[in-house]
Amino acid sequence: MNIRGAVIALVAAWMLLLLGAPLAIILAIGLAHSADSVPPYSLGINLDNLSTVATDPYYRDALLRSVRVAGISSMLCLLAGFPMALAIARSRPRRQNALLLAVMLPFWSGFLTRINAWIGLMAEHGLLERMLGLPRLLYTETALYIGITYTYLPFMVLPLYARLTRIDPALAEAAADLGAPPAIVFWRVTLPLALPGVIAGLVLVFIPAVGEYVIPSLLGGPNAELVGVVLWDEFSANRDWPMAAAVALWLLLVLIVIPGGLMRLVRRMPRTLA
Amino acid sequence: MLTIAGLSVRYNDTTALNGLNLTVQRDELFVLLGGSGSGKTTLLRAVAGFIKPTSGRIELNGLDLARLPPHRRPVNTMFQSYALFPHMTVAANIGFGLRRRGRSRADIQDRVDAMLTLVRLQGYGGRRPAQLSGGQQQRVALARSLAPSPSLLLLDEPLSALDEALRRDTRAELVRLRRSLGISFILVTHDQNEALEMADRIGIMREGRIVQVGAPATLYEQPVDRFVAEFLGAANILPCETDGGTVSLPQLGAVVRAARPGPRGPGLLALRAERLRLGGAGLENRIDGHVTETAYAGDMLLVAVQLADGSVLRVKHPLTDGLTDGVPQPGAVVSVGWSAEACILLPR
Repeated sequence: MNIRGAVIALVAAWMLLLLGAPLAIILAIGLAHSADSVPPYSLGINLDNLSTVATDPYYRDALLRSVRVAGISSMLCLLAGFPMALAIARSRPRRQNALLLAVMLPFWSGFLTRINAWIGLMAEHGLLERMLGLPRLLYTETALYIGITYTYLPFMVLPLYARLTRIDPALAEAAADLGAPPAIVFWRVTLPLALPGVIAGLVLVFIPAVGEYVIPSLLGGPNAELVGVVLWDEFSANRDWPMAAAVALWLLLVLIVIPGGLMRLVRRMPRTLA
Repeated sequence: MLTIAGLSVRYNDTTALNGLNLTVQRDELFVLLGGSGSGKTTLLRAVAGFIKPTSGRIELNGLDLARLPPHRRPVNTMFQSYALFPHMTVAANIGFGLRRRGRSRADIQDRVDAMLTLVRLQGYGGRRPAQLSGGQQQRVALARSLAPSPSLLLLDEPLSALDEALRRDTRAELVRLRRSLGISFILVTHDQNEALEMADRIGIMREGRIVQVGAPATLYEQPVDRFVAEFLGAANILPCETDGGTVSLPQLGAVVRAARPGPRGPGLLALRAERLRLGGAGLENRIDGHVTETAYAGDMLLVAVQLADGSVLRVKHPLTDGLTDGVPQPGAVVSVGWSAEACILLPR
């Protein structure tokens, strides 16, 4: 076998082992019956759990709520990230590197540390309350959005920046030259040309945000359970592995359908854009 | 009429434009010619509004342009890179400036069709820029900049990306358009042939200033200094002394008869290569030298002749009567002649 074949075989084996096999296991457990044994299931074909997730408001609402929270968070990231990406893309080359570094800097400290810092900021008698007179935000949906938007903002800024730097600055000048005020230049030239970056950013934020477990458990309210939390409860607290697997399969379906649809949009755009 | 007065553009420690003055008439095709870094693109961008001048005035038909942002100026630019919107069709590109002026849909359609006809691209309205050749893109860019009927059209090296044949066609087309549309054009180029053939007037730029402005023939025949003489067409330059009507070449011990002797004192004698003749029988001025290089170019003979003081004259000898005496060999002694009219006297 030549080297090229060996590399492909290696990748295929890797995918099979670390993606295919776990998927098959989750599918098998999702179709299994719950059992009071170790491990807590007996294999078989049982569609009850999958249909329960779709019909029982507890599971269904958690899934829909997660999609909504992830969707809104993606849009918040877009609203916050687009001006940032545009500002970075339009600054001088030397400055761009410094600003990009600043965007990525939070990754250099632990995720939990940063979330805990937000707890301190948003808690009762926290810094935001004392300095800005804001009410307690912690354990509300607002806190959840702040946490997710903060965490995943770089995933939005980086693809947007990459796209924006590839747009010829002369295009915006040409639009202004032809009589377009800045808002129209943005709306008719910059934004349409940045769309592939916008969609890449939305997908990159949406995917991890839907299944997010840590941020909702640490910052979010007690009543609005998200699918990641529900899944974890089924798995660990209830030891109902088949139900947890069924939830995971539905989550997977959502993650294939929604980002997949967005990616199709990019592919349908004229080739000059995509 | 465009009036530019005392226009300066300075960045931190570099001066791109240095107190520039210029007037361009209505209906005029004005060509800015200069080397790279001479400030010609900066001047264009300042008029379009993309660069804020440090000081000076820009007025178009009495309207103070310097106060207006680019989208409010009745000026359109044809960009060097064309800058066509890749996500829009050709028709949408051309109609972009019309939509901004709030014209009706039918109006825009008519104007776009007229523009497509003008640049000979009928039937291409539905295509995207990426589906067009370079020459077609360039014509779309021209149509797009003309569509809103600007009072002034700025063209930044509009022909530089075209091959020779297409370039010649487009040149002729620009001249024709300017006559039929009644728009002032300012065209930036570094191609002197382009400048000489198209321009009503040429402005030669150097270090952020316009060194000389005039009709192509004036600039070529009466350059104000050595820079202009050498920039526009090839010129041989010899040091000379002028003393009350006589021009002498002290290093060669020769006296030259010049039609316009110029002021008394030390100066420079510029001689265009194509106005020198080998042999030179019947011409007012003759000088001897020996051939160092020759090249046969079909319609002319290119010969380098070294004079007694070591300076070299480049001669473009026309072959209107064919190659009568054969190609002179290096080392051969020849006479070079020129008329009194061919002498251009410049300050040293």
